[in-house]
Amino acid sequence: MAETAIKVENISKLYKLGYVGSGTFRDDVRYYFDKLRGKKSEAELIAETNDREIKGNSEYVWALKDINFEVKRGEIWGVIGKNGAGKSTLLKILSKITSPTEGSVKYKGRIASLLEVGTGFHGELTGRENIYLNGAVLGMTKAEIKSKFDEIVDFAGVERYVDTPVKRYSSGMTVRLGFAVAAHLEPEILIVDEVLAVGDAEFQKKAIGKMQDISSGGGRTVLFVSHNMASVRKLCKKALLLRNGKIAMTDEVERVVDSYLSSEAKQIFKQEWEQKNAPGNDFVKVKKVEVRAANNHALENFDVKTPLEISIEFYNNYAVSDKVYTSLHFCSQEGLCLFDIGSEIKSIKNGLMKSTLHIPANFLNDGSYYINFNILDANGPKLLFSLPECLAFDITDARQDDLSYFAKWQGVIRPTFLSFTTEQINAAN
Amino acid sequence: MPDQNEWTEVISPKTSLLDLKLAELWKYRDLIVIFARRDIIASYKQTILGPLWFFIQPIITSLLFTVVFGNIAGISTEGINSFLFFLASQICWSYFSSSLNGNANIFVNNSGIFGKVYFPRLAAPIATTLSNFFRLIIQLALFLSIYLYFYLVKKDISIQPNIHLLLVPYLLLLMTFLGLGLGIIVSSLTTKYRDFSNLMVFGVSLLMYASAVIYPVSFLNEKYQYYIRFNPITAVMESFRYAFFGQGIYNSYDLIYSTVFSVVVFFAGLVVFNRIEKNFMDTV
Repeated sequence: MAETAIKVENISKLYKLGYVGSGTFRDDVRYYFDKLRGKKSEAELIAETNDREIKGNSEYVWALKDINFEVKRGEIWGVIGKNGAGKSTLLKILSKITSPTEGSVKYKGRIASLLEVGTGFHGELTGRENIYLNGAVLGMTKAEIKSKFDEIVDFAGVERYVDTPVKRYSSGMTVRLGFAVAAHLEPEILIVDEVLAVGDAEFQKKAIGKMQDISSGGGRTVLFVSHNMASVRKLCKKALLLRNGKIAMTDEVERVVDSYLSSEAKQIFKQEWEQKNAPGNDFVKVKKVEVRAANNHALENFDVKTPLEISIEFYNNYAVSDKVYTSLHFCSQEGLCLFDIGSEIKSIKNGLMKSTLHIPANFLNDGSYYINFNILDANGPKLLFSLPECLAFDITDARQDDLSYFAKWQGVIRPTFLSFTTEQINAAN
Repeated sequence: MPDQNEWTEVISPKTSLLDLKLAELWKYRDLIVIFARRDIIASYKQTILGPLWFFIQPIITSLLFTVVFGNIAGISTEGINSFLFFLASQICWSYFSSSLNGNANIFVNNSGIFGKVYFPRLAAPIATTLSNFFRLIIQLALFLSIYLYFYLVKKDISIQPNIHLLLVPYLLLLMTFLGLGLGIIVSSLTTKYRDFSNLMVFGVSLLMYASAVIYPVSFLNEKYQYYIRFNPITAVMESFRYAFFGQGIYNSYDLIYSTVFSVVVFFAGLVVFNRIEKNFMDTV
């Protein structure tokens, strides 16, 4: 069994809300006085759980409460949760930027945290000087940076500009340079925030690739905090879900991500509007959007085996053209567009219209999805109206017949109508 | 396989007030040097005169002091050439005041870095002090060349270098302790109460008038001489000039008082800083 790299025991963090003003000084004095006498301070007793949606009475909240977990060496963990669930606070405690109110964190091995790309960059200094500065801030010695200097410059691709002040760099170059320095850190434990959220797609790919190298190469432990479920899934084996400052779940990454997506995201199966407050404009007014099971399954509990019918009804007042059609974006909760499909264009008149999309059974994989509708004029084409994220639903995987494989099925879709066969060409003797 | 109980590092809410983590600080010595270098280099990037500014600033200030305080206000400089007098005072004082000002805003100015990455926080004030010390050394070299010119070439008889020159490094150490100690105390308080940064804006320049920088102590009447000795900087300024010029009031008791004061301020600063650094990100 692998040894423990990070052990978090009963971490709690108390925050005071509101402004610092003349009243705070008196509170501070009282706080330290309570502490001196060894009793729980008043603040700790009246503090409430961290939930943005409930308007609490207390000035004090527990940003984190009783967090316990253990990460083994070489594991890559994702930390997920809504905004304000305590992810950043946990990260700050783990990276020693702030200290916990209660509890302790124990590490084995050199730790580095990457909460930002290019921390400490100084615009007036050259790329070369900033590599040394940033490297040293992240905990490298001068000798280490020197030995990796050429590699860093190479990875960032800024050879020509290495003696130019960083303030003259494009933002993309600055990010690349910052990431290049960070990528050449060699800690045993790496804590990464959503630094991957910056940069273009190509850079993100490179960055994710580098992170995978880091962890698979040297048995390094990585803790990765992100909103991007696709990269959490891709990168991590296990995940930790925070909700209102407490651990809601720790498990294999697929299960945690699914649980997060289905619990945090609301499902919308149907929306219908009166004509006077219907979304739309002078051209079109939407009457109704709906997703339902096509096999007259009454349940709003879709399975991968459920055929679906997704429809939109709208009033068409757009007399300029008779070629009005609907396009539908079918997106995963992570923001990936699975497909963009346009309804067939027929000659139509003004009046109530309905566009329906049929999705066969055994086509989609399990997950959470949402729908965007666009209504367009094919002459142009011209966008008449768009209704983003008007439907949202989950598709589950009941899998009663096949219990041989429990983990989440790989892939964005799961089409079974494709033909894929194995046949014997030649029998071995 | 190593024992599971041997942790490399343990983070917990309580640590001893005097645990300064000096071993860790030593590991980050490269960072301190790089920070100090950054401060120095960045201050003259994109300037035509570059590092010459290190010389221009004390010379212009001293010339101005000579005109305003020496010629116009007629403050006696005990027979010493008033430009030399002001140059010596100004260099010594600006080392203290720039350390104090630089360190007083250390948390607020660095909150961007401090909020994103951990390193021993003490590295930042040490680096600021180091870069100021570097400036001081350059300016002292300037002062010494002008001083020697007056002494050797112009044979200025009012200049009487004496055995107290040996005290100069010690006096600079006291200034370091005072500048760094007071600076980090103020910066620690500033993280929560910004009142102190307002105080600093004019406080330091006012302090100069109460520190025997632009006049010798002998210039004051007895009543004011009594009060000004409570300012620990006075004895340092006075001894500094006494060492080079042999004029003024050198008093060992005053210097001992300054020493005790500086050491207390310095250690108090370290303790307060150590206490604040762990959680300042929550309040800054």
